[in-house]
Amino acid sequence: MVDLSVDLGFLKLKNPVLAASGTFGYGLEFKPFYDLELLGGFVVKGLYLKPREGNRPPRLVETPSGLINSIGLQGIGVEAFCREILPELAGLKTAVIVNVCGEEEDEYARVAEYLSRHRGIAALELNISCPNVREGGRCPAQSPEATHRTVKKVKQVTSLPLITKLSPNVTDITAVALAAEEAGTEAISLINTLLAMAIDLETRKPRLGNIMGGLSGPAIKPIALRMVFQVARAVKVPVIGMGGIFSAEDALEFMMAGAAAVQVGTANFVDPDACLKIIRGLETWAEKHGIKKISEVTGSLQL
Amino acid sequence: MVIDRQARLVEVESWGDYFLFTLDSPEIAAQARPGQFLMIRVSETTQPLLRRPISLHNAEGNRLQIFFQVAGEGTRLLSLKKTGQCLDLIGPLGKGFNVRPEFRDREIYCVGGGRGIAPLYYLGKELRAAGARPVIFYGGRRAGDLPLRNRLESAGFEVLVSTDDGSAGFPGFVTSLVEEELKKRKPAFLYACGPDPMMEKLAETCRRENLPAEFSLESIMGCGFGACWGCVKKIRMDGQEKYLKVCQDGPVFSLEEIVWQEKEHG
Repeated sequence: MVDLSVDLGFLKLKNPVLAASGTFGYGLEFKPFYDLELLGGFVVKGLYLKPREGNRPPRLVETPSGLINSIGLQGIGVEAFCREILPELAGLKTAVIVNVCGEEEDEYARVAEYLSRHRGIAALELNISCPNVREGGRCPAQSPEATHRTVKKVKQVTSLPLITKLSPNVTDITAVALAAEEAGTEAISLINTLLAMAIDLETRKPRLGNIMGGLSGPAIKPIALRMVFQVARAVKVPVIGMGGIFSAEDALEFMMAGAAAVQVGTANFVDPDACLKIIRGLETWAEKHGIKKISEVTGSLQL
Repeated sequence: MVIDRQARLVEVESWGDYFLFTLDSPEIAAQARPGQFLMIRVSETTQPLLRRPISLHNAEGNRLQIFFQVAGEGTRLLSLKKTGQCLDLIGPLGKGFNVRPEFRDREIYCVGGGRGIAPLYYLGKELRAAGARPVIFYGGRRAGDLPLRNRLESAGFEVLVSTDDGSAGFPGFVTSLVEEELKKRKPAFLYACGPDPMMEKLAETCRRENLPAEFSLESIMGCGFGACWGCVKKIRMDGQEKYLKVCQDGPVFSLEEIVWQEKEHG
């Protein structure tokens, strides 16, 4: 019997597998497929204060072993979420994490504050890294200073643990990670999608209505793994790794590189029960390798 | 909505680029309705990555049928599947066509362009079961693009065909054929599935003729079950225009709901 639980300090998870924000709807979309309580947890789609329209279609394009999306954080807003969705999630025996968005620093704080008044939320994930909502794919996570300011501002208004989600579209991701840590984030999750594009040769137009989008899927896994490795060596707070995880083996690579837990994203689209398969796969792998606690794998990379 | 990873392919028929698959999938067949679709895994690797949305052509007993045209890498891989192999399906997905009791004894137009004919066989059966008289319009570029003509006629449907090049049936677009028929007889309702320009033209006709209608839209989909918000189209609802999910809120929308001027790719 393998102990799959992991302790992030601020949050205990029954296993290290979380479903990633933007790929898991508000959670309820996956109820027809399996019992959500089997998950370590899930991160619901990013929320602003108000409902958000999202970007013009087309919003998706497939590339080799990858998917570029330019959804633009379409969603119902934090009020509707707390009124209509959260009551259905609050009783679940799994970590419900809410992804927090903002047009500017102030809105992040207001969304976090609003959520803090509600029960049933295990942690907030600060989405300062979406490449689809600002001109040219820019985001606060591209600057250590903006990251520090945003994390600090949100920390002041909420007692909920904060996970700061970083962007790979930077020169030195460790500088941003250190800024988030210094501003008081309880954990760091990475990576968000890589700014990308695709062109239709016949029309000579971008394949996405928003011109650029964020690349996810197996295509980005090696880059994500490298960044998780770099960040895990630089910071003391727990790191949650993601980027193209499609199998238990992928998840184990991220853990060896230093991730205490992982998030599974695009795989949920292909196989709605991808997270379950990965959890089972972790158990099988650990048994085969005589590992009693899966958390032992974290940071076990041999250099 | 279930995942069936063991849907055995029991029969394959093909006409050039067009394929009709019969699959054994009791659970999905039991829940299916005309206008719904499946998400089908076409590769065991990550290339291509996503499942493909494929319209349901028929459901009967334990069996499902899909009709599709090879239009890219995904459908090409799907077309290579052999009898006896198992397919990995999610379904049935989306909201189907609404068949109303007041259609009894009335003529109902069902207009399909190219591969858009796929769901109309199933819809025609349901209309007939409801006591309505479906008239199926089937348009293609040339005679070879009307592979389901015989199948529809053998099922006893009234089928009117058109080809752009005049090689079979009415010479011209199926939309013109519909216009011609409307001069002779007025149906109670119109359903359509096909390329956007065809449906946009039909929408114009329906508005002019005051003919209520439903259209099945196509979109690139990430998941097919409402999680990714990738497949949205602009829809008019409660006096507001907003992006709704084709996979979950559709793929069937009514005439009044669809905002056609939303041109993609700018």
